[in-house]
Amino acid sequence: MTKVYLDNTSTTPILPEVRDAMLPFLGEYYGNPSCIHEWGDAPREALEVARGQVARLVNGAPEEIIFTGSGTESNNFAIKGLALANQKKGKHIVVSAIEHFSVLNSCKTLEKMGFKYTVVPVDKYGAVNPADIRKAIREDTILVSVMHANNEVGTIQPIEEIGRITKEKGIVFHTDAIATAGTIPVDVKGLGVDALSLAGNMFYGPKGVAALWLKKGTRIIPLLDGGVQEGGRRAGTENVPGIVGLGKAAEIALAQMPARIAQVSALRDKLLQGLPEKISRALVTGHPVNRLPGHASFCVEFIEGESMLMLLNSQGIAVTSGSACTSRALLASHVLLAMGLPHEIAQSSLLFGLSVQNSAEDVDYVLATLPPIVERLRQMSPLYAKFLKEGKGG
Amino acid sequence: MPIYSEKVMDHFMRPRNVGEIENADGIGEEGNPVCGDMMTFYIKVKDDRLEDVKFKTFGCGAAIAVSSMVSEMAKGKTLDEVLKITPQSVAEMLEGLPKNKMHCSNLGAQALHRAIEDYRSKQKSGGKG
Repeated sequence: MTKVYLDNTSTTPILPEVRDAMLPFLGEYYGNPSCIHEWGDAPREALEVARGQVARLVNGAPEEIIFTGSGTESNNFAIKGLALANQKKGKHIVVSAIEHFSVLNSCKTLEKMGFKYTVVPVDKYGAVNPADIRKAIREDTILVSVMHANNEVGTIQPIEEIGRITKEKGIVFHTDAIATAGTIPVDVKGLGVDALSLAGNMFYGPKGVAALWLKKGTRIIPLLDGGVQEGGRRAGTENVPGIVGLGKAAEIALAQMPARIAQVSALRDKLLQGLPEKISRALVTGHPVNRLPGHASFCVEFIEGESMLMLLNSQGIAVTSGSACTSRALLASHVLLAMGLPHEIAQSSLLFGLSVQNSAEDVDYVLATLPPIVERLRQMSPLYAKFLKEGKGG
Repeated sequence: MPIYSEKVMDHFMRPRNVGEIENADGIGEEGNPVCGDMMTFYIKVKDDRLEDVKFKTFGCGAAIAVSSMVSEMAKGKTLDEVLKITPQSVAEMLEGLPKNKMHCSNLGAQALHRAIEDYRSKQKSGGKG
């Protein structure tokens, strides 16, 4: 059967070059990089090579890279660590409504510890208005966090403009760049941020390894107490094979970025144009132009995302959805709801994440396979029946 | 490991009794789009038995499989027998449902019970019968 993997927003595949770079550190170079004997030498050197590779990806300095265990950890570290380090100045945080749960739930935890936070809304495309950030900033605001691009709807946020506001106000600014770093150009200096999260499995690196770029001189309180790994900011024996893989993936991403963008944007545009042509009332979610190159997201009205996902899976196609049924928490996507979509439309979300391993044939297969699936589910849907009746009546 | 049993997948891929009944004797709805699942059951009653059952469902794989299973369990049974079908008995017949789907997606029995209530209230008010 044809197999088409289009769930690259959940994770990308690992490039063979990345895996090959990792293998020696799962074999002969098993030493602990903190050890001063010979066994520690190669792993320690490998860590520093990777640090340089990751730093170059975001135009930062190697000593500004802190390796972590996941994008979620990087976001937790940034939000909690920066808030706690600045709490003498104030206890107010500003975030957007479409942040990842690792940011929003970190704010909730801080709230229990006496912090307050303001959630800034987004427009119908899922974009934050920098003027709203300015309005939300108070005397006691110590931290602003807005993601570089949203993983569910692909909209790229005006980070530079927000960065100018936070700089003017002297407030620490974090961006979750997990959906963008390694995918589109990310320049920490140009963006004007103080901290930036990135994760390897979004750009053909391994899972379980990520990083926080932290501008030199920015104070942060560690999440983990222990040894002095990562400059004392992230204790625990380093995931050397993972970090080596992350570094290699970053190096390749930087070298191949323009070619990758050209390839996946063409596939994305084919989907963004093709699906609404073939399926009535299939709405593109997120910004039509200012969006991630490999990201095509839709709401297919009157049917539910998980059932679409399962029928696509039965035809060999992997996608994801923001429907309540798809999430383990059984809640509809907070991103789609924040964009003003009603629940029944948010339930019908479908998300395609394209990779360099996809071809135009893959997209053609989706364009041929999805319409009959939608038709079949609509024939079963009481909402569609109601729509048809009302449409005929009025 | 797949999240759904083979039985759930069978009823999801080949749902039984999908559709509407024109001039149904009773109609029952359950669920709402906030939780993500909505089911409408249509019944035709003859001699106190469900002569025919049809459903339409908006929802996840579990919700569709539950609707299909409930319709199959109920068809031909007396109304009192149908009222004894519970979400638990439906889940058992489906060889289990994921824990987090037990509540939200398992509304088929309730929707069908509502259709019977609808039928009985129409009977009382002296409607058709």
